[in-house]
Amino acid sequence: MSKPSRNLERIQRSLVSRYRAEKAFRLCGIAAVTLGLLAVLVLFADIFLKGKSAFSATYIQLEINYDQEVLGIDDLSDEGALMLADWDRLHKTALRQEFPQVRKRSERRELYALVSNGAGYDLKERLLSEPELLDQTEKFWILADDDIDTYYKSLLKGRAYTARLSLAQLERVKQLIDQDRIELQFNANFLSRGDSREPEQVGIKGAMFGSFFTLVITLLLSFPIGIAAAIYLEEFAEKNRWTEFIEVNINNLAAVPSIIFGLLGLAIFINFFNVPRSIPFLGGLVLAVMTLPTIIITSRAAIKSVPPSIREAALGLGASPNQVVLHYVVPLAMPGMLTGSIIGMARALGETAPLLMIGMVAFIADVPGGFTDPATVLPVQIFLWADSPERAFIEKTSAAIMVLLAFLITMNLSAVWLRKKLERRW
Amino acid sequence: MSTTVVSAAETDSNTRSQHLMSGDQTNFLNDIQDHVTVGTCFSENAKMSIKNVSVFYGNKQAIFDASVDITENQVIAMIGPSGCGKSTLLRSLNRMNDTIEGCRVKGHISMDGQDLYSPKLDVVELRARVGMVFQKPNPFPKSIYDNVAYGPKIHGLTDSRYELDEIVEESLRRAGLWDEVRDRLQQPGTGLSGGQQQRLCIARAIAVSPEVILMDEPCSALDPIATARIEELIEELSQNFTIAIVTHNMQQAARVSHRTAYFHLGKLIEVNPTEQVFTMPEHNLTESYITGRFG
Repeated sequence: MSKPSRNLERIQRSLVSRYRAEKAFRLCGIAAVTLGLLAVLVLFADIFLKGKSAFSATYIQLEINYDQEVLGIDDLSDEGALMLADWDRLHKTALRQEFPQVRKRSERRELYALVSNGAGYDLKERLLSEPELLDQTEKFWILADDDIDTYYKSLLKGRAYTARLSLAQLERVKQLIDQDRIELQFNANFLSRGDSREPEQVGIKGAMFGSFFTLVITLLLSFPIGIAAAIYLEEFAEKNRWTEFIEVNINNLAAVPSIIFGLLGLAIFINFFNVPRSIPFLGGLVLAVMTLPTIIITSRAAIKSVPPSIREAALGLGASPNQVVLHYVVPLAMPGMLTGSIIGMARALGETAPLLMIGMVAFIADVPGGFTDPATVLPVQIFLWADSPERAFIEKTSAAIMVLLAFLITMNLSAVWLRKKLERRW
Repeated sequence: MSTTVVSAAETDSNTRSQHLMSGDQTNFLNDIQDHVTVGTCFSENAKMSIKNVSVFYGNKQAIFDASVDITENQVIAMIGPSGCGKSTLLRSLNRMNDTIEGCRVKGHISMDGQDLYSPKLDVVELRARVGMVFQKPNPFPKSIYDNVAYGPKIHGLTDSRYELDEIVEESLRRAGLWDEVRDRLQQPGTGLSGGQQQRLCIARAIAVSPEVILMDEPCSALDPIATARIEELIEELSQNFTIAIVTHNMQQAARVSHRTAYFHLGKLIEVNPTEQVFTMPEHNLTESYITGRFG
């Protein structure tokens, strides 16, 4: 045996390298965390910078005359007349009055293109909400076309994007700017409308409702089934080859690419059970099947982590296995099971691929009103907009991602909150 | 001690103790290969009776052919070195071993003449009759009141809230906890100190009025003062309950029990009245253990 003093020397020498190793290890950890945070930050900043302009839209002030004769309307409650009326003529007339030098047909078309294609509907809505305007004239801020919108926003940023506009159009926008009759306003349409072919008219509400209805179905199906399966497998099922087989399969299912679940939905739900395509009910079914393995696995882990001493205490008192589960295991495992389910839901919310297979990728302009109305969901909406050629869709895509992220963050925060709240009870 | 104890295998034990008188521990180990328990295993006033019981965990045998009676309204202590199988035997008395996978029990265990391992027996009912206190205090994550009230509630022992209140108070009083917790019955049981928690677990067990209480090293996680309180409590409870206690603490066994069973490597070596075990053990292994030569 070496002398104590020599040992001490050795220990001190080894300490130096031990501390060095520890420091390096820590630095690696910090670097990894920083890198991750940085990536998230860059992603969020990029999306936010690109997307924030979607919450404002360019409006042009025009003098609109709600001419009874032009519209051919005597009574605003006459649905037929409202349908037949040529609402676009209102702003076309206003534009022609504004720019009287325009004569030729092609020039006129260019002139009308200053204003959104859907502007007529806005005027109709305006008149219906304020009936006394009939036959009156007012200065109305009318939605500009997406090319104008893109140009004007880029102009404000100092890097004017002129590729989509003719010289005449640029001239007219300049004229409007000089007269202070073009400006950015809050884009309320984005949160209150469904999809549209016109970028300036699109809204996210349809996709939001579609996602909501889909997730309700997913939650209602996968949560009870998943938890029941987890409890049965963990607490009641005998451990034999069959349960082992089932366990392996559940674990495998959790790793199956999500598009496979879409194919399953197509083959079974649509082709075999004849569920109509494109509806949230079907999307919910498919996503529930996809989420089930995740919920089962996390719930089983939560059940496993319930201390055996509590089980023994209850069993020792003569509680039946069912009572042990319902009185102790499930309440104690609930925070974990809820967290797992919410994380599963969050994954389902962000899922695109399986929904492409079951027709939820269709262009749907109406906001769905229920589980059986054709709908699309947020990530698919993002996919559709990202795929659209118009430049104005860039900002809409980013804005839709912002909305999706907001949903995801809310769900994850609620998972944390729920866990904290339920854990405190015990 | 008023119970008559009938000596079993008397002739056997005499010859055996003789040839075990000499030699070191390794020799003992060889000698217990086909050991037959010495001392007085059987009792006329048996509440539970264990006959030729072997317990297996998978392929590993934990108890070898043990036979012993548990006398009514007495305390029997089970002592022995770690891993000797005393807890295993205790847990087969209320079939808590059922929850352990691969655990098999061979032989006969009966209570009041009723076979505990017959397929007709209802385990839930058995556990209502045979309560258990565990090594580590394990109160439910509920209020003190609910901890005690849980047993009576699930077994439907009371008709009214008032009756339930009475049972809770009575049980807490008998567990010597009432005065300490009467003002905070609605606070969580997990907020009590270790000793209080264990007494709460005892109160919880006696609230169901079991006939037998099994205690698996109930004081091993407690400080000496808390231990002393539990020991007092065991003595009091033994007037009304039949108690089987597993302990590592020999002084404790000597203090609280009427009879003591000594286990070694899965074999029941000796069962005798406690005074005898601690003053004149029949078997050399017992003597070595209680004098601290191993264990």
